[in-house]
Amino acid sequence: MPTIAEKILSEKAGKEKIVEAGEIVECEVDYIMVNDVTGVPAFEVFEEFGRKRGEGMRKGKVVVIQDHYVPNKDVDSAEQAKALRDYARRYKIENYYEVGKEGSGICHQVMIEEGFAAPGRLIIGADSHTCSYGALGAFSTGIGSTEAAAAMATGRLWFKVPATQKFVIDGELRRYVMGKDIILHIIGDIGVSGSLYKSQEFYGTAIKNLCLSDRITISNMAVEAGAKAGIVPPDEKVFEFLRGRVRGEYRPVYADGKESEYEEVFEYDALDMVPTVAKPFSPDNTAPASELDVPIDQAYLGSCTNGRIEDLRIAAEILRGKQVSREVRMIVVPASKSVFEQALEEGLIQIFLTAGAFVCGPTCGACLGGYMGVLASGERCVSTTNRNFIGRMGHKDSEVYLANPAVVAASALEGRITDPMELLR
Amino acid sequence: MRIWKFEHNVDTDQIIPAEYLTTGDAKKLAAHAFAKVRPEFPKEVKEGDVIVAGENFGCGSSREHAPRALLGAGIRCVIARSFARIFFRNSINIGLPLVEADVFDRIEEGDEIEINFEAGMIRNNTKKEEYRFKPLPEFMQKLLDSGGLINYIKKQR
Repeated sequence: MPTIAEKILSEKAGKEKIVEAGEIVECEVDYIMVNDVTGVPAFEVFEEFGRKRGEGMRKGKVVVIQDHYVPNKDVDSAEQAKALRDYARRYKIENYYEVGKEGSGICHQVMIEEGFAAPGRLIIGADSHTCSYGALGAFSTGIGSTEAAAAMATGRLWFKVPATQKFVIDGELRRYVMGKDIILHIIGDIGVSGSLYKSQEFYGTAIKNLCLSDRITISNMAVEAGAKAGIVPPDEKVFEFLRGRVRGEYRPVYADGKESEYEEVFEYDALDMVPTVAKPFSPDNTAPASELDVPIDQAYLGSCTNGRIEDLRIAAEILRGKQVSREVRMIVVPASKSVFEQALEEGLIQIFLTAGAFVCGPTCGACLGGYMGVLASGERCVSTTNRNFIGRMGHKDSEVYLANPAVVAASALEGRITDPMELLR
Repeated sequence: MRIWKFEHNVDTDQIIPAEYLTTGDAKKLAAHAFAKVRPEFPKEVKEGDVIVAGENFGCGSSREHAPRALLGAGIRCVIARSFARIFFRNSINIGLPLVEADVFDRIEEGDEIEINFEAGMIRNNTKKEEYRFKPLPEFMQKLLDSGGLINYIKKQR
């Protein structure tokens, strides 16, 4: 009665017998994704491999996405992006995504929108949030540049089959409680090393009723608990999303539902979950938004965690006809060109602009303190991103508070961290 | 040899802040290692130094730049109670030795230690103590012995 992780890894390792947690297997991967930060070192290692002329490059499996420091922040990042562009050209990588062009955006959003991510697939990416595609029933996980190079050359990579933890969230979620709050609640409960080396699977009526976007938020942050993957069994919502979008065939994989296969089972009541904030400097340092009274300087809506159209809609609903506090700079960054276009069409961008927010094109941007939206010493940002480590968004004495898009919008209006329910009173 | 002691959950943003991720060169990265949390580190670290930390060392980003920065700084080994998985794989794959051992409360900055990887033994010459650790699984030891993943694959062909 294997878990989803065991089933996918067995199939990709070409084993008839199911491999079990703890075994080391070599698997054929479906796709290998690299971005502008991790891609250049990967191609450099590939060339060290003695493959200068590119023979053996599994280019159909390789996806190259410019997203972290584009448009370029300085000469060094410009050189890096140029080097990546040159490699993509030299190796004739067809799955190449350039700033502003069709299909472009933050790498994980692109992998999902462009139909690379699908149920049953094994996808590796040189970015830790590659685990996002678990929301579509894939086994996907972050790797380093050297591993990406090895997989580019061989199409394969070694994996230690992880033990799986099962998370069951039953019941109806309260208003303004989103996927972000579910995963922050879980990380607050089990800690940032609570799933170290493990795979997570998510079940329960609250997960079933969740839109795909919110499930992606949950899988995206699995790595913040140390997990290797965070998988939601795929259902009709996933199949519908993939219709006309997915590349090639796919086959959904399900666990057989025996609890004995799981290393641990965690059960939660959706009603116990509230809009939650992770305080500095760790994603497990959580508290209900309503219990905090923290003045903020910046509010950030975007990233692979919460930059999708559903996230922009809920924020716009709260901001509509109102003004962002004069003490707060609000920054809105749609996760992809396609999300940006959809937001324009729905009038959301105008709502943000009228409310006094700054809107810009898709980039990882402020999430990792890369360039735009960087914080000065002593400044605080409430952010829909995934990490609030020391100096993550700028100066080492700045602070990031992680929250859902509704909390970020409500906080932007009030100038301090705010539970959106307060605005309804 | 100097011991650099760190706490639990040392993340990759501490090891190498994101704004310096415009190169993959180990030496260049080393100049900014721990720049925000321990600015003296890049200036004072010496070839052969060892890092000792608590749980979940290297959590966060998949940036291979983190173990590369430590290798570039001359760090010979990181000893921690546990490691984040991507950091663990990256380190083994590029040849930075890691030791998973529960010695966080035993080894202090300033202690003089010796590590015997094969025997799975750390000797603390300052405290006159010995600590055992479980050597790496065979497959990973093979990777390290080959000089990392790329050389391992080359050998297999």
